[in-house]
Amino acid sequence: MINIDTPEKIDKMKNGLNNLAKGMLRPIARKYDEAEHEYPQELEVFRSMSVMGKKPKKNGDESKAKPVDDGEFKVGQNLGTVVSVEEMCWGDAALLLSLPNAGLGNAAIAAVATEEQLERFGSKWASMAITEPSSGSDSGSIQASAELDGEEWVLNGEKIFVTCADRCDVAVVWARVKGVEGSSAIKSFIVEKGTPGFKLEHLEHKLGIRASDTGTFVLNNCRIPKTNLLGGDSEKKKKTEGFKGVMKTFDNTRPMVAAMAVGVARAAIDFTREKMEEAGIKIDYSANPNNVSSVLKEFYMMEANLEAMRLLTWRAAWMADNEEENTLEASMSKAKAGRYGTLITQKCCELLGPMGYSRKYLAEKWMRDSKIMDIFEGTGQIQHLIIARNILKLTRNELK
Amino acid sequence: MFGFSMSKEQKMVSREVSKLVKGLVSDSAHEMDENGEIPGDVIQKAWELGASVSSVPEEFGGHGMEDSPIESIIVLEELAYGDMAFAVAATSPSLFINPIRTMGTEDQKKKYLPLYCKETFNAATLALNEPHFGADVMSLKTTAARNGKSYVINGSKCFVPLADQAGHMLVAASVDGENNLFIVARDNPGLTIGEREKNLGCYALPTFEVELKDCSVDENDRLGGSEGCDYTLFIQKTRVAMAAMAAGIARASYEFAKEYAKGRVQFGEPIVNRQSVAFMLAEMAYEVDSIRLMAQKAASELAAGKDVSRSSYLAKMYAGEMAMKVTDFGVQIMGGHGYIREYPVERYYRNARGISILEGMAIV
Ligand SMILES: Cc1cc2nc3c(=O)[nH]c(=O)nc-3n(C[C@H](O)[C@H](O)[C@H](O)COP(=O)(O)OP(=O)(O)OC[C@H]3O[C@@H](n4cnc5c(N)ncnc54)[C@H](O)[C@@H]3O)c2cc1C
Repeated sequence: MINIDTPEKIDKMKNGLNNLAKGMLRPIARKYDEAEHEYPQELEVFRSMSVMGKKPKKNGDESKAKPVDDGEFKVGQNLGTVVSVEEMCWGDAALLLSLPNAGLGNAAIAAVATEEQLERFGSKWASMAITEPSSGSDSGSIQASAELDGEEWVLNGEKIFVTCADRCDVAVVWARVKGVEGSSAIKSFIVEKGTPGFKLEHLEHKLGIRASDTGTFVLNNCRIPKTNLLGGDSEKKKKTEGFKGVMKTFDNTRPMVAAMAVGVARAAIDFTREKMEEAGIKIDYSANPNNVSSVLKEFYMMEANLEAMRLLTWRAAWMADNEEENTLEASMSKAKAGRYGTLITQKCCELLGPMGYSRKYLAEKWMRDSKIMDIFEGTGQIQHLIIARNILKLTRNELK
Repeated sequence: MFGFSMSKEQKMVSREVSKLVKGLVSDSAHEMDENGEIPGDVIQKAWELGASVSSVPEEFGGHGMEDSPIESIIVLEELAYGDMAFAVAATSPSLFINPIRTMGTEDQKKKYLPLYCKETFNAATLALNEPHFGADVMSLKTTAARNGKSYVINGSKCFVPLADQAGHMLVAASVDGENNLFIVARDNPGLTIGEREKNLGCYALPTFEVELKDCSVDENDRLGGSEGCDYTLFIQKTRVAMAAMAAGIARASYEFAKEYAKGRVQFGEPIVNRQSVAFMLAEMAYEVDSIRLMAQKAASELAAGKDVSRSSYLAKMYAGEMAMKVTDFGVQIMGGHGYIREYPVERYYRNARGISILEGMAIV
């Protein structure tokens, strides 16, 4: 039945997390924006919490999030995640990306790792290294290579823009297995920090999310155990095999990035509302929008867009929880939220005037932070490409 | 319970209405638009769905079912997907029935509901919009002044659907700055129904200007009696309904443009193979969904008995903006062909403009 009135359970969860974000992230948001790359020690308390992504599963079934239909509403895993992510990013998005053990690699490991890999890497901080200097949106064109040599894989290549590159314990590295053609050659490998031939080359200086350590890895004849192939060798019997399996995790992570955009945009909107009210502007949701001031009209439209962003995001997450195919809806949420999050944070700065331009306040930071949500995990254009291929039933050759 | 997918019953309702719409108006919407008329039997067949009377108690001629804002928006989207003029005309009696059912006194229900909850369609309507710059249904220019045991209404109304046929209409007027609804019979001497209006969209929908000049109504015909009614909630319910219709219009444009673009070949390839076209369609797809989700959100809150001032307001605002964008894209994707009245996208474009301008053309 369609009923998307926010359940009390979610409201409570939001409130709790909002307090956490307000108390722990907001106060240090500016500090780590300025101290780029410095590890926020204050976040250590989150190490054991699974704020983002799944906890490593024990016996496979535990993480099955499908809500049992016993008449009582349970917040599914994915819905719970996007709700949490929104609140945490309302606190600070860069700090959310810096939470220990909550890297994108962790999501991939949780989704497709073998029992033995879970045992070894389940409690490690894992980054995800796909992007290369000449391979961004076209992740199928990566050139990093992997060659089996006895009981070891030998990896070579360069990985850029890796989130948590400095702080992670392991990286999930995508590489092309030598001798195999096409996209089925692409596998992901778990590489531990400290492995000879695996080097963190440098960290990037960025427009926003500066607290997040984005860096470049170079793999130079880096040897890792054969068993570090993510998902294991016997992957054929699994439905979530290799490349496809990892691509599949996008269906969960894209709504998560959409939720980040929602959180940041909401932070900006809330701050703007506060300042408007201080200035005596009354927000009442009743008058003809063409009869109110331009500030109010813009404000209402931002709120409406924020609501749409959130609903698309919740829908995609809810579908994942209910084991419905959600590739299309996941991309829809990210396409909308990535773009409109960017527009909303820009607009808030404009409406705030001097308070939107000054680094005394966080609005300018939100405008910088928000922009990444339309870039990583697939740019806005790539999301539109996925949506378009899906609704038009076109192949990647027909719609490039 | 919280969820995004339709229940079996909701799917059935949606399918049933969609089937009916396909049979009734999908092929004739253009003709109806050109002729400026919806044939009576088309309205009657839609009436037989019973959507407008389903929640009216059986003693007054309804089906006594539970009020369901969600089902209402499902029905309205499907009707408007077929044709907005048709959707408004076929459900216009609800604009009268719904407020009386939910806010009327027992006497008002007994007296008026049975007249309009019959097997045959019997027009009733709502006179809400006002024809002046800056019109706002929340601050009405039309006034009702107490005079002994009656009220005297003065003011002008526009876009009153089916005013020529309606036996009764609700008239929105302010009593000392407080918004109210009054039940006015068509033969009231203070009521003049003007010429049929010629509008940008919905050519098939007969709408009229209505003049109220010293129009005297009995105090018992103030909706809700001496206490008046919850006018704000009433407006909110119409806003949710407008958003639902917008989802239907936008989806119609999106689907038509999509099919067209798949078949249209230029430069040796279907035009959908170009990103600039495909990406517009992608955007249309998620904006149609967004409009619907916004309507669903407000309807869900209504069903839960929550305050919907924010959600209904934002839903209509969003729907107005995005229905315009989507239907604009629909015309653009078809190029010159989109501009020709033979194709429906130009009609969707005209009709969509009404979502933000008009108020109270439907109710949930
Ligand atoms: C802060 C940050 C953190 C990141 N974290 C990670 C991480 O943890 N792991 C990781 O692997 N990567 C990460 N990335 C990389 C990110 O995913 C890529 O930057 C992104 O996918 C885009 O790739 P690109 O930068 O090479 O741009 P390009 O692919 O070169 O794209 C340039 C422009 O062309 C457009 N474009 C490209 N192809 C098409 C097409 N077919 N149709 C239409 N338009 C197209 C794009 O939308 C974009 O606007 C991160 C990046 C940043 C900035």
